[in-house]
Amino acid sequence: MDLASAKVIGAGLAAIGVGAASAGVGNVFGSFLQGALRNPAAADGQQGRLFIGFAAAELLGLIAFAVAMIILYAV
Amino acid sequence: MAAASKIDPMHQFQIDALSGGALDGSPFAFTNSALWMLIVLACIFVFMWGGMKREIVPGRWQAMVEGFVEFVTGLAITNIGKGGRKYVPWIFTLFTFILFSNYMGMMPFGVVESAHPFAVTGQFTVTGLMAIMTFAIVLIVGFAKHGFRFFSLFVPAGTPLGLLPLIVPIELISFMVRPFSLALRLFVAMIAGHILVDVFGNFVVGGLNAHTITGYLIALISFIFIAGVNALELLVAGIQAYVFALLASLYIHDAEHLH
Repeated sequence: MDLASAKVIGAGLAAIGVGAASAGVGNVFGSFLQGALRNPAAADGQQGRLFIGFAAAELLGLIAFAVAMIILYAV
Repeated sequence: MAAASKIDPMHQFQIDALSGGALDGSPFAFTNSALWMLIVLACIFVFMWGGMKREIVPGRWQAMVEGFVEFVTGLAITNIGKGGRKYVPWIFTLFTFILFSNYMGMMPFGVVESAHPFAVTGQFTVTGLMAIMTFAIVLIVGFAKHGFRFFSLFVPAGTPLGLLPLIVPIELISFMVRPFSLALRLFVAMIAGHILVDVFGNFVVGGLNAHTITGYLIALISFIFIAGVNALELLVAGIQAYVFALLASLYIHDAEHLH
């Protein structure tokens, strides 16, 4: 296998991480919604924590994207 | 652009010298990045200036600016806690600059020739500088206020002694990686959104240039997709500014109160 095709395949494999992070972000918001519907009065106070969880889950997906971009353009 | 030409989505992030630089041999050039930072600054200035008339009964503009300021102030004070008010200027600066440059980078000025907007926050140097300055505030405030007790940040309360050799390096790494993750999140989120829109924009042009039924169908689907992605990007631009300000105030909270 030559380097160019290996790079494209590697970038594609790295992009799997983005999909996995999307499951994580969905889990964050879904769990928040589950909790919020059970106790709507407490929901507004937890919005900061919601976005902290969102940021942590999203960061890993963005790192996967960055790895894919580095493989494609910088290696 | 011909249908068969190669799509180059990274071209939009290229920094070009508009004057100076190579022209007169100076290492300092006025780049498109600098130009768009000035445009963002002018937008913030106009936005704030319009709301600073100090009327007793606020008009629409003043109510908008007051709501904006109150939102950021509330965000900083609730997350930093006691003594949070003195950090409001920095959090507000971060929030407004990131929000305005995110939105300015998305504006469709490109319909005018050579007026392409430049996403200032799509540069790691810009977001990295903001993250490093936040981290410097954390370090300076932490050491000035607590001295060497600041290192107790790496020992969570109630940790068993046997676990300390494991916990302390983990906490240290997670602390040192903060400016990096803070900068990377904003930068990559902006890059990813712009690349996505650019690639599907090229699909629209390429599909229209193909002059076949399939081509027109692909162009139509891509156009609808772009409209959806742009709506999502408007949301992301706001969320990223909010998250950056939120995490910056949480890190400052650690320096101010040590857990």
